[in-house]
Amino acid sequence: MDFSSLNPVALAVSLIVAATPILLAAVGELVVEKSGVLNLGVEGMMIIGAIAGFAVSVDSASPWLGLLAAMLAGAGLALIFGFLTQVLLSNQVATGLALTLFGLGLAALLGQSYTGMKPPSSPRLDIPVLSDLPVLGELLFRHDFMVYGSIALVFGVWYFLNRSRAGLVLRAVGENHDAAHSLGYNVVLIRMGAIAFGGACAGLGGAYLSLIRVPQWSEGMTAGAGWIALAIVVFASWKPWRLILGAYLFGGVTILQLNLQALGIGISAAYLSMTPYLITIIVLVIMSADRRRASMNAPASLGKIFHASH
Amino acid sequence: MWASRMLRLEPRAQPSSVMRWLTPLLAVGITMIMGGLLFAAMGKNPFEAIKIIFLDPFFHETFGPYSRSQLLIKAGPLILIAIGLSIGFRANVWNIGAEGQFVMGAVTGGAVGLALYPADGVWVLPLMTIAGALGGMLWGLIPAILKIKFNANEILVSLMLVYVSYNFLAAMVTGPLKSPDGYGFPESRSFTGVESTHLPMIYEPLGMHAGVLVALVAVIAAYVMMERHLLGFQIKLTGQSPRAARFAGVNPSVIIAVCLGISGALAGMAGLFEVTGPAGKLTTNFPVGYGFTAIIVAFLGRLHPIGIVLAGLLMALTYIGGELAQLSLGIPAAAISVFQGMMLFFLLAVDVFVNYRLVWKVVK
Amino acid sequence: MNFTKTLAAATALALTLGGTAIAQTKAGFIYVGPVGDLGWSYEHDQGRLAVEEAFGDKVETTYVESVPEGADAARVMTQMALGGADIIFTTSFGYMDQTLEVAAKFPNVRFEHATGYKRSDNVSTYSARFYEGRHVIGLIAGRMTETNTVGYIASFPIPEVVRGINAAYLAAKSVNPDVEFKVIWVYTWFDPGKEADAANALIEQGADVIMQHTDSPAAMTIAEEKGIMAFGQASDMMQFGPNARLSSIIDNWGPYYVARVQAVMDGTWESMDTWDGIAPGMVEIGAFSDRIPADVRAEAQAAADAIAAGTLHPFTGPINKQDGSVWLADGEIADDGTLAGLNFYVEGIEGELPK
Repeated sequence: MDFSSLNPVALAVSLIVAATPILLAAVGELVVEKSGVLNLGVEGMMIIGAIAGFAVSVDSASPWLGLLAAMLAGAGLALIFGFLTQVLLSNQVATGLALTLFGLGLAALLGQSYTGMKPPSSPRLDIPVLSDLPVLGELLFRHDFMVYGSIALVFGVWYFLNRSRAGLVLRAVGENHDAAHSLGYNVVLIRMGAIAFGGACAGLGGAYLSLIRVPQWSEGMTAGAGWIALAIVVFASWKPWRLILGAYLFGGVTILQLNLQALGIGISAAYLSMTPYLITIIVLVIMSADRRRASMNAPASLGKIFHASH
Repeated sequence: MWASRMLRLEPRAQPSSVMRWLTPLLAVGITMIMGGLLFAAMGKNPFEAIKIIFLDPFFHETFGPYSRSQLLIKAGPLILIAIGLSIGFRANVWNIGAEGQFVMGAVTGGAVGLALYPADGVWVLPLMTIAGALGGMLWGLIPAILKIKFNANEILVSLMLVYVSYNFLAAMVTGPLKSPDGYGFPESRSFTGVESTHLPMIYEPLGMHAGVLVALVAVIAAYVMMERHLLGFQIKLTGQSPRAARFAGVNPSVIIAVCLGISGALAGMAGLFEVTGPAGKLTTNFPVGYGFTAIIVAFLGRLHPIGIVLAGLLMALTYIGGELAQLSLGIPAAAISVFQGMMLFFLLAVDVFVNYRLVWKVVK
Repeated sequence: MNFTKTLAAATALALTLGGTAIAQTKAGFIYVGPVGDLGWSYEHDQGRLAVEEAFGDKVETTYVESVPEGADAARVMTQMALGGADIIFTTSFGYMDQTLEVAAKFPNVRFEHATGYKRSDNVSTYSARFYEGRHVIGLIAGRMTETNTVGYIASFPIPEVVRGINAAYLAAKSVNPDVEFKVIWVYTWFDPGKEADAANALIEQGADVIMQHTDSPAAMTIAEEKGIMAFGQASDMMQFGPNARLSSIIDNWGPYYVARVQAVMDGTWESMDTWDGIAPGMVEIGAFSDRIPADVRAEAQAAADAIAAGTLHPFTGPINKQDGSVWLADGEIADDGTLAGLNFYVEGIEGELPK
């Protein structure tokens, strides 16, 4: 077997592209979960973002407007979930699954006239000198702008959660909503904000798929990416920086698996395709095994229904 | 704060039994109106569309008799899986991976049948069913053990195992379980083609095959267990108050294992019934998402056995009615999923009135 | 006077309406994917539209999309038959057993099952010899590749797909002895994200021409972006790769569907097995890109013409199997039975065929 044709730089570049939509959706879901809400509808919000971003980009010829529309569409869909779970107190797991079904259907319906079109191309970073550096240039300075955006977003979320007062309140709501309520915080409003943010991020992740990674619109194109995003949040044990590790690891295994096949490695493709999921489980187990640490990070009120009785 | 100024939800002293029956009707009513608007916006006759989806599967002159027989075939696996899930959900054990247990049950049970091929005898199918239940149970116990031993979140582990099972299925039907007479296509031998592995039809006009019968037995068994048996009490107690359960001497690890084991076994059986009956053989495409839909069915049925039966039938109705609407009105499949999604939203939304009442309240 | 005239007109109208209702032939179509997939199901729906175009009011077509293989397919077929369909096209391999099962219950309804191998009195099968098209684009790929590496995105290791890889490889090898094929199995017919990743992986491994046997245009889009070459699959895909696209293999079901519906109308429909290729137009080779040098274009066209004329068969010996054993002796032509169940790579392809 000739492994020399595996170019690590090229591998790294494609794994980043494969990981970015998952990272975007995961960072949004992390904020949602930190506020104590479990929204399993990430897949639905991603695909709505994918079609909204695509449609608006095609119609306006502006990828920026498309990304904005994707965020709005994702947030809008998320607010349906928010209204049901926060105001009408419905079960979060069931509502999230219904949101996925609804989102997939609605996106397919909206997208019927957009199949077979090409979106306007999105700008790439191009810094003279830096972008032309031999290895580092390709690895660090020649991506599409959303790659940097996603990392900036992770930083922003980290800063918000750990360094800002608003973030502290959000975490308090996720830890103990009754206590936060008695301190005078509006639990429902704060959670609605987190849910909308999560939707916007998922929408952005979907738009990254339809505008940059693939780029085209087709029905069901998220193909399970939303579920991976959910897994990565737990994988990261609710720590923003670890999301990057998780998303890139997952993207890396996916890409490496395809590359090994192209090399003609003699292991069944079906078994290779299992590896990203198995590795996620293994890492999940390792991360969770330390009960003290895991329980410190997992929001204590996650998935529980809050109703202010006074 | 805005919520406290206008309408407010107040907890009822007791869940309203009137609302328990009224809310699903209300939700279906709202769905008909909103769905009608959706279809009208698409240029289809809304009354016609709603009639086709909800009534034609029962009463249509030509489609009715056949569609009626299909309702149970479609609802059977949903109910069987949802019953198992509801037991776990009562204890706050979140098995989201029933789809994977469904697949693994079909693969292990199917493998036993294929290993015995072409054995004759009435014992073959029961043996396959046991193997299927075991396969599903073991797959369900993986997240249970990881949760008990390592505190790993069962939602995520069971979900990841769905994707593993899909790939395992692909490996099996392109490998060891591939039919030798199938020209290399990725599928097993037909189970329905051999008497001993063909799931028997018990009452054709209602589509009642042996699997549906098992589902109904499971409904009754679950009811008895949850209402009359100590284990059911312990499961419910764990869900309502883990602390109280521990004081009462309930071992949470046992509850986790029991819940995931039962739901895995039932999902595994459902998978086996699907491949030995309606689907006919193992292929990469036989899982059509019953495991995920069953989660919604469990909640729509409010985790209650009777409610789950009704919810399963309602979901089945919208699938079959939705196909008829595609067929006769040319409504795209996507519009049908939007319609189903709306129905689920409304059903979940109105549930609030069972436990809460709406009151005007001015807050100081 | 006026009244009677109106009445007469109304009666006439009613009669014509009634008349057409009787004469109208109903054709049903069942698709495995959404009609918007721009690949397999899309092309079958184009065939349905061709039927509508050809017969106008004399035909009524219905379709149900995204029907999972298995139990759901049997139900949709039954409902179509109950709804009065005269002929039903079931357009995915996985509908095979259900098609036969439902057909047995409706002996007066004709069924047409795509890509299967089981027939009965009222079930015909039809498929396209896509490997003929693969031969033509394989030739082009062999001539055009500068890195001598052709990437191939494959779906499932079934005979249909294996035939395509072998045909393309043999053709490429015949014009370029140094050519090498890299195959990635993605185990899906349709997952744009995964197909895009696979295309990228192949490009990283040095492929500068990409072929695919999956349904989405993702690989074409990536090829365009990376400035390499690719071929359209199932549909032309020109809009996704104006520069990258060299040619395409197009599934053209229209003529077959029109002929079969016509046969139902004429009462001449019979159960048969159709495996058509380039000659009757079931497999179409999309226009050659200007990027291909004129002599290569002529060579590819000549191959297509020779296949259509029956003077060239893509699987003509001497061909060895991957393990070096003889498959076809010099001049021997593979028979359809062997091709239908093809489950091995030919000599020279690297890597192991997943079992």
